[in-house]
Amino acid sequence: MSQVVISPSSSEVPTKRQLTTKPRLSDRVFAGIVTSGALSSLVILGLIFFFLTFQGFSVLRSQGLRFITGSNWQVVQDSAGNIDPKATEFGIAAMLVGTILSALIAIIVALPISVLSALFLNFYAPPFVKKIMVAVVDLMAAFPSILFGLWGFFILMPSAEYWAKLLHHFLGFIPLFQVEPPIYTRSPFIAGLVLAIMVIPIITSISREVFGQTPPDRIQAAYALGATRWSMIRAVVLPYGRSGVIGGAMLGLGRAMGETVAVYTVLNVVYQINWHVLLGAGGNVASMILLKFGEAGPEEIKALMAAGLILFLLTLVVNSLADFIVRQSGGKGR
Amino acid sequence: MTDLTPVRPQKPWQSSPKERVISALILLAGVLTSYVIVALTPMGGKLAYAFVFFVAFTLYEFIFNFLTRGMALAKDSIARAVVASGIALAVAPIISILGTVFMRGYKGIHLSLFTKDMRLNSVSDPVDQGGLLHALTGTGILVLVALIISVPLGILTAVYMTEIKGRFVKPIKFLVQAMSGVPSIVAGLFILSAVVYPITKAYSGFVGALALSILMIPTIARTSEEVLLLIPNDLREAGVALGGTQWRTVAMVVVPAAKSGLVTAMILGIARIAGETAPILLLTGGGDAVNGNAFSGPMGSLPFYIWKAYAVGTPESVTRAWAGILVLLMIVLVLFISARILSERRTSK
Repeated sequence: MSQVVISPSSSEVPTKRQLTTKPRLSDRVFAGIVTSGALSSLVILGLIFFFLTFQGFSVLRSQGLRFITGSNWQVVQDSAGNIDPKATEFGIAAMLVGTILSALIAIIVALPISVLSALFLNFYAPPFVKKIMVAVVDLMAAFPSILFGLWGFFILMPSAEYWAKLLHHFLGFIPLFQVEPPIYTRSPFIAGLVLAIMVIPIITSISREVFGQTPPDRIQAAYALGATRWSMIRAVVLPYGRSGVIGGAMLGLGRAMGETVAVYTVLNVVYQINWHVLLGAGGNVASMILLKFGEAGPEEIKALMAAGLILFLLTLVVNSLADFIVRQSGGKGR
Repeated sequence: MTDLTPVRPQKPWQSSPKERVISALILLAGVLTSYVIVALTPMGGKLAYAFVFFVAFTLYEFIFNFLTRGMALAKDSIARAVVASGIALAVAPIISILGTVFMRGYKGIHLSLFTKDMRLNSVSDPVDQGGLLHALTGTGILVLVALIISVPLGILTAVYMTEIKGRFVKPIKFLVQAMSGVPSIVAGLFILSAVVYPITKAYSGFVGALALSILMIPTIARTSEEVLLLIPNDLREAGVALGGTQWRTVAMVVVPAAKSGLVTAMILGIARIAGETAPILLLTGGGDAVNGNAFSGPMGSLPFYIWKAYAVGTPESVTRAWAGILVLLMIVLVLFISARILSERRTSK
């Protein structure tokens, strides 16, 4: 052990430093930079809202509520090429219905599959199978949407048309499944199937996480009371994870409503409100924006901005609600 | 003297050979039934086989378990079959997608794909002419510019939530979540309304990258946050105890410790935007020649190339689209696997 030798070189005594908990300048600068960086999400979301409103405001004001309730989309010009504000109509009701319809179909198809998959991954799969399957499902979440679009158009659509005909044949008496005239191609049903395949990974991974948080002592208790695996799941896992699964489904709903390219390839944009899911007419707001953007004049662009604003607000509300529900489920029962 | 022969450890929960034979028989019976029923009824197609097999198999399992072990376990066997069918339905599309892309894409793959662009060819030309060099360089530039913008913002957001822990943590978490749900077309419209119309008045790679950043920031922020949360607090305390300021602790201790995780976050961010199509269609203009300047001129990219080739719809152009998809899928696969390997290495350390 060496001894520390303190050798006062001179008679000067260092002044005592003041003890303080006040952050130093460097730390304050650091905190400032990090905070302002973190607020970027607020700034960006705010700017999106501001600019879309700014661009779309004139259309929203001249169209009023008709923008949401009407289903006509026509730009009327007089002989001089000026736009006639009286006759020009922009209404996205049909597109909104199509958006909600195809997203709902997607959730109805995807939710059971996702919940079952999550149950399989958590409670049935051997560890190595689980590892591979989790990777596969996560990979699917990373697939670009254009891939789903092309696959949906070339591969799924011929089969899905056949399924639609079967559905119509056996369940045609239900008004929802009526098809008149008999056009089965590019229907909300097919778009919903493609969207379902896109949101399955999202709902599966959220359900898997929620189910994985089930307190193990309750699971063991259920087994100790003589439960089979299924009755354990029904009595413990499903009630515990219910709200988390609902939140995950709503997150998927938000994703499905904002999807553009995949829907564009498999759904006809037709300006009529269509609740018949097997009929080849519909469209969603996002794909309508893409479709109209190419040939749109300045006034129409403004209307598209307004449509984008509505879509933005719609997905924002759905996502926030989903986030809230998922967050609520996390802390329960601990 | 007592008998000391060692008892072999047993695993009573494992199925005995007899049980395995029986379950194999049930499986076989299910397959046979599906063949018979599909042959006898007007049903047809792979789906009919799968469906009948599933019903028959579940039924046999149920009957067998009911007779030998009673109602509760019989119900359990149904649940097992249904749950297994769920994962099969979830994985079936991905297998179909991967299979289709490889089967249809490889016909359009040739060497000049990576050395030529499309300035002298149209997408309907024979498949071996032209290439997608312009698309690859364009996607590379878009991704690079988007990275330069989103990595600082994403990591700063994550650092704020794990290191500063100020009073905005909850709202920012919420906002990042909300931002990750912004539809890609809305991101495109926003850049159109905020940058293209008032300022640049022209399409370019840069404005496309701006829209992509909006989609990339939440991915990077959330993954980085998860990574930084995994850094043990001991490291932070050690850094401060050695006399470091918070800034030096974060910069010299926490961030280097999380390096591989932050790289994973970037990779996942790239995978998120590499195939993003809608904003690209609105903003980049999609040129056919290699354009190295992000700030002027139309910028080609893989999604744009695929979209254009798909929209033309001739056999040659569709083959091109599939080849483009195959290249894009390979990029996403490589990114995804490297992210996996990086994070595996991190957790095993």
